[in-house]
Amino acid sequence: MPSMSETPFNPAAFPKRHLLGIEGLSPLDITLLLDRADEYVELNRSVGGKLDTLAGRTVMNLFFESSTRTRTSFELAGKRLGSDVINMSVSTSSIKKGETLIDTAMTLNAMHPDVLVVRHGSSGAVKLLSEKVNCAVINAGDGRHEHPTQALLDALTIRRRKGRLDGLQVAICGDILHSRVARSNIHLLNTMGARVRLIAPKTLLPAQAERLGVEVFYDMKAGLRDCDIVMMLRLQTERMKTNFFPTVREYYHFYGLDYAKLEVAKPDALIMHPGPMNRGVEIASDVADDIGRSAIREQVEMGVAVRMACLEVLTLKLAGEQPKAEDKS
Amino acid sequence: MIQRQPEAQGLVAYINARLLDPTTGLDAPANLTGGVLTNGEYIVDVGAELFKVGMPEDATIINCGGQNLAPGLVDMRIQISGRDFENVGISAVSGGVTTAVCLPNTTPVIDDRSVVEFVARAARKAGLVKIYPYGAITKGLEGQELAEMGMPNNSGAVAFTDATRAIANTRTMAQALSYASTFGLMIVQHPEEPSLAEEGVMNEGETATRLGLTGIPIEAELIIIERDLRLAQMTGGRLHFAHVSTGESLNLIRAAKDRGISVTCDTAPPYFALNETAVGDYRTFAKLSPPLRCEADRKAIIAGLKDGTIDAIASDHTPKSEDTKRLPFADAADGGLGMETLLAITLELVHNGHLSLLDALGLITQHPAELLGLPAGRLKAGAAADFIVFDAERGWKVSENNLHSKAKNTPFDGRPVQGRVLKTVIDGRMVFDVDA
Repeated sequence: MPSMSETPFNPAAFPKRHLLGIEGLSPLDITLLLDRADEYVELNRSVGGKLDTLAGRTVMNLFFESSTRTRTSFELAGKRLGSDVINMSVSTSSIKKGETLIDTAMTLNAMHPDVLVVRHGSSGAVKLLSEKVNCAVINAGDGRHEHPTQALLDALTIRRRKGRLDGLQVAICGDILHSRVARSNIHLLNTMGARVRLIAPKTLLPAQAERLGVEVFYDMKAGLRDCDIVMMLRLQTERMKTNFFPTVREYYHFYGLDYAKLEVAKPDALIMHPGPMNRGVEIASDVADDIGRSAIREQVEMGVAVRMACLEVLTLKLAGEQPKAEDKS
Repeated sequence: MIQRQPEAQGLVAYINARLLDPTTGLDAPANLTGGVLTNGEYIVDVGAELFKVGMPEDATIINCGGQNLAPGLVDMRIQISGRDFENVGISAVSGGVTTAVCLPNTTPVIDDRSVVEFVARAARKAGLVKIYPYGAITKGLEGQELAEMGMPNNSGAVAFTDATRAIANTRTMAQALSYASTFGLMIVQHPEEPSLAEEGVMNEGETATRLGLTGIPIEAELIIIERDLRLAQMTGGRLHFAHVSTGESLNLIRAAKDRGISVTCDTAPPYFALNETAVGDYRTFAKLSPPLRCEADRKAIIAGLKDGTIDAIASDHTPKSEDTKRLPFADAADGGLGMETLLAITLELVHNGHLSLLDALGLITQHPAELLGLPAGRLKAGAAADFIVFDAERGWKVSENNLHSKAKNTPFDGRPVQGRVLKTVIDGRMVFDVDA
């Protein structure tokens, strides 16, 4: 098993009660989660049945924003560990009322779940909710703030392919402004010693982005030069009012990833995308489907393993227990 | 603490107080033979040796214990939530505010003479702070058609503003300045270009980027200030910018004053006492409009207070219920309480050596009163007996428990401060007494 650390798995060593973001996690915390996830990748591939690590525990998925892949991934992760998983989707009309968020939190808290997995359209909303509950909370994406499990699964994908994170040159391209994935990835990659570049038109970059410890490029070929990893982001048109870019045609011409732009990156550069992809908008179909270079499907697989690790660590830490899975192995 | 008193009668002598009056520069040490003598609701006389020849026989004597006695505070920008004049009055007098000017974004909007009169009546009935209203510049604060100005002014509207909204349309702003100048009236602008600030919830910059919140660039403020200075010059109108929050704004206003343009401005305590980091982990009590800016701007605001570019300090008192603040940051309401911390936060400028005590008091008494032509903010024979007794040194901590307001949304929550109002006297009635 390609575990990177010699330290035995100990969820009590994880210093946080909730996983609200990557910012504030140490290299050790991140490695703890990645190492555990790494073990689950192998287990998921080899073992058919369920584990009973979290048997009798309840995981609630609380999604205030629509989601298919993240919610399914968490659901599968929870079930693989033997927990009961409940999906609550909150209708988009009622989330406009802010009381709903606190009230929903109070209501669910009274049902004593062990973990709440929360996605919300407003930055900081998951933190607000976490202050009102007794269980552990995992941020499954809050506004344009953070999406920690996505960054962890991206890191796991990279680490398994490249053997390390430290010293890699990573380009994150596209709609950085609206992207929680970008923020979580920037924090994680910086913490683990990778070097991060952002490539986007100025209208899709947040103010003072360079203060996050990254290099900023407006030109794809300049930014992609000698990169080990190319992370493409989805254009989040649903979060855009007007005029972030004039036309899809022009955007694709300058910022869509195709082989012509990719040729300046390292020959073995890995292509990633958090999904869902807009083919022909931010990425060419043939690049996305290039089995040799695209890790896009692998990312989905890593997602389940990473979420298993997160659910397990937070649940067991809160319960102050030792992991049952460890006893068996 | 809050005291309901009938109309003041007879002579009252306030002795043993350090007398402070920014208007006359009076700063006389406390002694038993000096002070303030009131008769009913008026001041008879003020002086360090007022009672040297003896006390009037029938006067009630109030010993101020060597503390400071100054004009009641004049707060030129507050909001009244709903029609809660009672609660506003309680906040005001416990903070030492004896005269407050309320924004026209009440329910109903103050865009008509009858509403001006209603506000004056409601405030008189509550019987605590004296409230003067601003009139709306445009009907319904909608930024389109000019509202009446001359008649509301005759009924008591002291100046005109669209409250928390900027007049975005350039032509409308030019006409407002021009029309108001017909009557010599002042236009008060909330300087924020709305389309540039659209969806913004805090200052644009690194903190907003980290928190994933949409920023409001300082340029939203600068663009309106630059534009309106042009319009003031063009129309000859009298222009005032409310709560300026950036150093660049002050550079523009300073230069315009030097060119002789008829412009003034104020700021609010959060902009010289806090910066954007107060937003921290999505603290909605620090969500204000304009947003808290960066540290360099905070320092520039202090410099503007010192060099006189900023004419006054207003509290920007904006009570908000818990329901509108306990929300995700982007959805939470703007605004913070201000009146109960106005004196203490302003005194930080004195304790930190930026301003003299008289200059600091001038910014919250004499200056706003003069800007709006209010008969307030001074200790003068014949004037209304509106004054406060305060301890400039007494320490306390701003917290839910220490605030009299029903709403508790102070951006200074948890801050240790120095300076406490001990007594508030309005029209000769002691409406607040910390020891009572």
